[in-house]
Amino acid sequence: MTVEQFVFLVFAVITLGAALMVVTDRKVIHSALWLILSLFGVAGLYVLLNAGFFAVVQVVVYIGAIAILFIFAAMLTRKAMEDVGPQVNPGWPAAALIGGVVFVALAWMLSHWGQFMALPPAFADDTPTLTQLGVALVSPDAYVIPFEIASVLLVAAMVGALYAAWGKKK
Amino acid sequence: MSFFSDPVNSIILWLRNLLIGWGLSTGGVTLIMKALGVMVLSTLALLLVIFLIWLERKLAARFQQRLGPNRVGPYGLIQPIADVIKIFTKEHITPFGVEGFLYNLAPILSVAAVLMLWAVIPLYKGVVGADLNVGVLYLVAAGALGTLAILLAGWSSNNKYALVGAFRTVAQMVSYEVPTVISLLVPVLLAGTMSVSGIVEQQKVIYLLVSPVAALLFFLSSLAEIGRTPFDLMEAESEIVAGFHIEYSGLKFGMFYVGEFLHAFTVSALFAVLFLGGWRGWGAESFPLLGLVYFMLKSFLVYFLVVWVRSTLPRVRIDQMLNFNWKFLTPVGLILLVATAVVQKVILISGASYGVMVLSHLVVNVLILWVAFRIVETREARRPRRQPVAQPRPVARPPEVTQA
Amino acid sequence: MLENWIYIGLFLLLAWIFPGGPILIARFLAPHRPDVVKNDVYECGVETVGETWVQFKVQYYNFALTFLIFDVEMAFLFPWAVSFDKLPIFGVFSGAFFVLILFAELLAAWRKGALEWA
Repeated sequence: MTVEQFVFLVFAVITLGAALMVVTDRKVIHSALWLILSLFGVAGLYVLLNAGFFAVVQVVVYIGAIAILFIFAAMLTRKAMEDVGPQVNPGWPAAALIGGVVFVALAWMLSHWGQFMALPPAFADDTPTLTQLGVALVSPDAYVIPFEIASVLLVAAMVGALYAAWGKKK
Repeated sequence: MSFFSDPVNSIILWLRNLLIGWGLSTGGVTLIMKALGVMVLSTLALLLVIFLIWLERKLAARFQQRLGPNRVGPYGLIQPIADVIKIFTKEHITPFGVEGFLYNLAPILSVAAVLMLWAVIPLYKGVVGADLNVGVLYLVAAGALGTLAILLAGWSSNNKYALVGAFRTVAQMVSYEVPTVISLLVPVLLAGTMSVSGIVEQQKVIYLLVSPVAALLFFLSSLAEIGRTPFDLMEAESEIVAGFHIEYSGLKFGMFYVGEFLHAFTVSALFAVLFLGGWRGWGAESFPLLGLVYFMLKSFLVYFLVVWVRSTLPRVRIDQMLNFNWKFLTPVGLILLVATAVVQKVILISGASYGVMVLSHLVVNVLILWVAFRIVETREARRPRRQPVAQPRPVARPPEVTQA
Repeated sequence: MLENWIYIGLFLLLAWIFPGGPILIARFLAPHRPDVVKNDVYECGVETVGETWVQFKVQYYNFALTFLIFDVEMAFLFPWAVSFDKLPIFGVFSGAFFVLILFAELLAAWRKGALEWA
């Protein structure tokens, strides 16, 4: 096992373990904190993929903004900070079965896929990938339309959320 | 490479050869060297804090026409060391109902988050912990961890004041992150790189002259991020006692204190790196160690400004603080970004000289600031104000005594 | 490239020791004499009333939300700024347009009163 594989395993265990705690912990705030740890693990995986930009964006956006928003939202809505009552509903065996089957099927498919162990092809030109990303984002034959639409979409999302948050008061 | 002009790289080279001579693998040696680098950098940073505490107390005293610490050692220099020894022997009071693990994690995280910023700051030419190609965003990401530390402290303390303080702090920190990021985009755009040492290399003219408005935005929003006066609502004594660290005592409180001082100096260093050219200066290319001197001089200059602001201005209210951010800094920053982009492209296409570029950016910056101030002025003039004249108030009088 | 991240990873691992170590040492140096009054919640001498985790105002959520939107959009702008020298004029203007949409969004939130601390 190479060092890289070991580090990958560590981050994978962090991500999955924390994700499990998110859904099983009974305190809402604890769930949010476990979520932060889980997202942090994902950032580590990005680093291993040599995608440093996505790793830092993951930390900035998810840990720095979304997790904080979750905590604020929890403080805003919940009177009782701790959940009581059962954590599963009666349909859980069926859900577990479906989940297990999907997992096994995906694992089987991936292990029989010839490209599974292949390395990604090297880039043709050697300008830094970040520069290529920047150029691609705003060039008309690449992603300029999604780029601008993303901006408008975020505006729409914010107006909607603000309306929902203020609605009850007015 | 002589030892005196570049000691860090000489030592690294010598140690590396020594370790390889002992028969270690190259990968292992690299790992050891990097770990040593982290240790030395962190230790120096924490030792610096002891000096900073003395400096700040001395400066604040001078601003208030006092003498400051002057009993222990020459000029009171040993005072902070005495304080450190004292705080080590103070009891750690853990109040009832705290969330044990998170409560202990918060002060550690608040220092660790600031220490991590030093990983990408170039000390002098060729000496930087990690020359990340996303360095600037890394700074923002490490700042996010600091926000988390405060939220943890406030939430786990089982105290209403702590929680209110933490929420105020976080609202302030996340709000002021917007102008910080905008002002960071300007040097990135001008330098064409996100690597912090790359930005230093590109500063033939310091960016304070090229884009003074971006520098101003960065300075003001950094003041808010470190929670210093005038933005120290998080520990408004008269309202919420001490804010998020109210339930901390002994060295755990001390760590929040260390984190705050180190953060104040770190943003000064960042300002020096991003807008004052970092290690650049006369002779720093040929004699690298001189760069460290320049870098430290610039950092301490900015730190002096931070302390000056702190000991001069009163605290703002929370609505003023948020208004200032969202209704002044952020719009100005966005307009500045668009203007900088357009001007820079026009310059690049026209092929004008470097001096013309600097001048045109400077003119546009001054223009933006002037227009912004005029808009604020006219808005302020139109705002209805309460008369500062005292109105007659009902006064309690004793009931008239009727003669029997 | 990955070598730089090793340094960051080591920092992440080791940065805990520098604040954590002294706290651990101080635990042994410091006295430890808890009592009921000392360990009570500090609220200026008044006994605390009700739960600590009170419900908060909606404004906090609003500001966090506005911040989130700005944060996401800023993440898009960084690659644009890095590749600025290589961009055609169209690219520069589509980036500037993106920023202007953001500006319009700020004005919209302002008009809606989401930026007021009431």
